[in-house]
Amino acid sequence: MSSPFRAEAIMLALLALAGCHRETRDYRSDAMKAAERGAAFEDNAFHIAQGQRLYAWMNCAGCHAHGGGGMGPPLMDDEWRYGGRMEQIAATILDGRPNGMPSFRRRVTEDQAWQLAAFVRALSAQPRQDALPGRADEPRNTEPMTLDERKPIRPVTAKSDDASEE
Amino acid sequence: MVRRVGVWTVSALVLALAVAALAVLWSLRTDRPQPRSAVLERLAPLPPPEARALPAASAARAEEGQWTMPLGDYAATRFSALDQIDAGNVSELRPVFTFDTGIAKGHEAAPLVVGSTMYVVTPFPNIVYALDLTRPGNPLKWAFRPRPLQRAQGVACCDVVNRGAAFAGGRIFFNTLDGQTIALDAETGREIWRTRLGNIDIGETLTMAPLVAEGRVLVGSSGGEFGVRGWLAALDASSGALLWKAWSTGPDSDVLIGPDFRPFYASERGRDLGVTTWHPEGWKLGGGTAWGWISYDPDTRLIYYGTGNPGPWNPDQRPGDNKWTAGLFARDLRTGQARWFYQSSPHDLFDHDDVNESILLDIPVGGRRRPVLVRPGRTGFMYVIDRFTGQVLAADPYAHVNSIRRIDLRTGRPQYAPEKAPRSGRVVRDICPASPGGKDWNPSAFSPRTGLIYVPHLNLCMDHGITEANYIAGTPYLGAESRMHAGPGGHRGVLTAWDPVARRPVWRIREDLPLWSGALATGGDLVFYGTMDGLFKAVDARSGRLLWQYQLNSGTIGQPVSYRGPDGRQYVAILAGVGGWSGAIVSGALDKGDPTSALGFVNAVRDLPARTDAGGRLYVFALPR
Repeated sequence: MSSPFRAEAIMLALLALAGCHRETRDYRSDAMKAAERGAAFEDNAFHIAQGQRLYAWMNCAGCHAHGGGGMGPPLMDDEWRYGGRMEQIAATILDGRPNGMPSFRRRVTEDQAWQLAAFVRALSAQPRQDALPGRADEPRNTEPMTLDERKPIRPVTAKSDDASEE
Repeated sequence: MVRRVGVWTVSALVLALAVAALAVLWSLRTDRPQPRSAVLERLAPLPPPEARALPAASAARAEEGQWTMPLGDYAATRFSALDQIDAGNVSELRPVFTFDTGIAKGHEAAPLVVGSTMYVVTPFPNIVYALDLTRPGNPLKWAFRPRPLQRAQGVACCDVVNRGAAFAGGRIFFNTLDGQTIALDAETGREIWRTRLGNIDIGETLTMAPLVAEGRVLVGSSGGEFGVRGWLAALDASSGALLWKAWSTGPDSDVLIGPDFRPFYASERGRDLGVTTWHPEGWKLGGGTAWGWISYDPDTRLIYYGTGNPGPWNPDQRPGDNKWTAGLFARDLRTGQARWFYQSSPHDLFDHDDVNESILLDIPVGGRRRPVLVRPGRTGFMYVIDRFTGQVLAADPYAHVNSIRRIDLRTGRPQYAPEKAPRSGRVVRDICPASPGGKDWNPSAFSPRTGLIYVPHLNLCMDHGITEANYIAGTPYLGAESRMHAGPGGHRGVLTAWDPVARRPVWRIREDLPLWSGALATGGDLVFYGTMDGLFKAVDARSGRLLWQYQLNSGTIGQPVSYRGPDGRQYVAILAGVGGWSGAIVSGALDKGDPTSALGFVNAVRDLPARTDAGGRLYVFALPR
């Protein structure tokens, strides 16, 4: 037995439900959000290490060397043409700048740009020592561990154990 | 009482000793710049008159007293016959006027003087100034601002330099960093035509000074650090239309190699070597830019110019000889067709562009004069090459070289020292010369009065390592890292007076800083050059003795010129303004905390910021009236 008001009741319920939706209000400005995003990347060991790889792969070192500059300005000093905050560096990488910095927007993802910014900040500011990568992406004369020959494992004998206890 | 005096004496003595010790410690501080003074060495006697080289008669200067092209004449001698200023009176030389360009980048250009007007082209933004030499104060006649694209600055390998303009037929021709060649009316500064030749979005810039001959404007590309494919182009001087374009890599039809091509050495013969001496497709990013000097022999109508380094710098990524990079072309001016080629660095290992000047000389060989060209190469060797055949007659080191054992004159090929060859991911120490070579772009001078070539050059070595390079259009394509340092002796620059007939240095001045300025020889038997800390010097062309020097506002990497003013007096002019690859630490405010800055040059000139400031200024000198 169906009520003649059933359809109307459902409609009313739906309308009431719709009335529950309120517009979302953003109490944080874009700048605050960008700063939060920057904080998530800066001084983060993983992101700095990823940024260092990208710095080599994207030919950043060709212009900026290892922070001292060349064709491009230095990144390790305290002068920033376009601002030195995380979000400003990420914007420089993604969009480029008028005096020659090319845009890398279709070459790196947005997250990768933030990782690069984290590495660039680590070149200039005093970074947390425990966040810095131990790897140096530049030619050097110490043998990489991966190329080191595996050392033979010597069986531990009773005699050598005795010797070590002496 | 006596005892008290003794105490005072002792404490005074102790104090004096402490002060002395502090003074000694202060003088030993390593970060304080301690300029070494220049040291002259005399090594051999001057050549006797009959054994002197002479400039190629056909290419010798037509108009004495003017300076219409950066190298002075088609033979690239940078010699002015004017002799009012000589060893006897040069000590009285003093500045008569200066002109600020207002630009704090490296000023590598030569001022031009035509009639009673001086023309100066600045580094980016490549403003051309015309100064009226007839009026007191030498006021500005006109200025031309080409407004090159801002972003061109990002693809300029070694500072945003320009090496000068050229004058011909009432017009001034010059290049802009963003890849345009422009012709101006020399009288009014009105633009007559402009042709865009380079695409900066792939890293093609223009920094060289054009050469104008028989109504053709020759322009070569820059950008060898960006994986571009180098070329030399000829434009019609009247319209700016492209007449021919010769690529430095690729199939013979692109390189303009045809039936006239007769290279001397077997390794330069074969079909499409610009493709087959590369890994597949490698020639498309192969470099071989033509950013240096061009010489011209009107008798044979041949032009001579060198090609730059192959791309990328990492040699492991480009197996093969990498033709036609790092070598010297002789081409027909009218058609562009190649006549011969000589590769000074097959499979270049160290960024040894072969773009330095070719000085056209006739030298006595076995009782007759042989037409040759002499060039101080980046490799550190002085090449004497037959102008007609391309045969290397001699190749002797003029700088300290350990990366090449010798040059085999049978095959023309250098014998690379295997222990100095770059290795992937590792550092090879003390490679001499470093990547700027025994000498970079800055042109030498030749005096027919002494038969000597005056070569301003470098004494730099490097620690060098290679890594894999990625090609991303418009970004550097290198795959190498260097740290340069002073070579044996600890000095970084040298001015060598070289006898091209006896093939030996006659005298040599060791300069503390790298020599990045050009040289000028005059009829008064003087040689002018400048240092990177701003000393403009005149030395005796015969003995090398320093006769005069003047402190400029900034280090100079410019090219001195000499001319006769409208008043009949002899003048000497040079642009100051440190910068360029060697001075980028100052003009680009680079950080010396990173030894690899400016492709490793910063490590060799860490003291430069304490010794000079940036700032472009034209200086003109004369004797007192």
